Amino acid sequence: MAQIIVVTSGKGGVGKTTSSAAIATGLALQGHKTVVIDFDIGLRNLDLIMGCERRVVYDFVNVINGEANLNQALIKDKRCEKLFVLPASQTRDKDALTKEGVGRVLDDLAKEFDYILCDSPAGIEQGAMMALYFADIAIVTTNPEVSSVRDSDRILGMLQSKSRRAEQNLEPIKEYLLLTRYSPTRVKSGEMLSVEDVSEILAIPLLGVIPESQSVLKASNSGVPVIIDQESDAGLAYSDTVARLLGEDLPVRFITEEKKGFLQRIFGS
Amino acid sequence: MSLLDYFRSNKKTSTAVMAKERLQIIVAHQRGERGAPDYFPQMKQEIIEVIRKYVQISEDQVSVQLDQNDDNLSVLELNVTLPDR
Repeated sequence: MAQIIVVTSGKGGVGKTTSSAAIATGLALQGHKTVVIDFDIGLRNLDLIMGCERRVVYDFVNVINGEANLNQALIKDKRCEKLFVLPASQTRDKDALTKEGVGRVLDDLAKEFDYILCDSPAGIEQGAMMALYFADIAIVTTNPEVSSVRDSDRILGMLQSKSRRAEQNLEPIKEYLLLTRYSPTRVKSGEMLSVEDVSEILAIPLLGVIPESQSVLKASNSGVPVIIDQESDAGLAYSDTVARLLGEDLPVRFITEEKKGFLQRIFGS
Repeated sequence: MSLLDYFRSNKKTSTAVMAKERLQIIVAHQRGERGAPDYFPQMKQEIIEVIRKYVQISEDQVSVQLDQNDDNLSVLELNVTLPDR
């Protein structure tokens, strides 16, 4: 039975696409056949982060409208045998996503895949609502910052009232917190909300903490999901996140300040 | 943090504490409105108008809350703080 996972947040720019790319790649590397779908119609970007932008021929909306079949639109990842990308349309508007159309495509994908990741657009309009509607699991991506936390709480409300599981009185969507762009140094100096603060306010289980890291920009520059970079703390933190998603119980890393050398302490970094 | 910073900071309340307090209030408020029917804000406004016909009150002296206790029981709670005479 395929699991449908939505990566959502409400607020833009918190790391949904970065996280979708990394988690999808991580699941596939663990041997699970995975597809990641870009729901941001009109503003597609997942293809760039995954490094397959020049191989896009057909897209999600083409499949919904019957202008192409799934096998024509799915892009097979270069690095990972079990990973596929379904890109968003760049031209049409968000209303191209209908509940019937999206449901039909997800049903077809569920026959072939173990995991279906839905990379939600920002906001609470059609695209975002369609990305979360069919979900079994929600990864609520949040930055330790007031507007992001508030918007995440709004999205939790949507998951609990506007999803298929809510409408049909099924078991609720499993909601998890993914805290991104975390800076232990700033938390220590009292300038940033801590993991405990955000967990307490949103009151959902923690799936992972991704430290603010230069490797994320480097990864997107080169079109390689950051989880591939196993020398970086962000890459390792995403690997831990995927392991937890698969049921492992791992301690959270990279949430305390790194020790600095004596000279660094005096002269700053 | 460099040596100079050791002499400067740590005097003011941390901004993270402020952020947490503000969020707790706004999130509690948001959750109060979650799951309420669409007519709820207007009904709340009209209840306030009716009370105002008789007593001078401001909006923050009235709290109207809808609690869903279980599947077939909702409780509408109305709290009015009347002004001192």
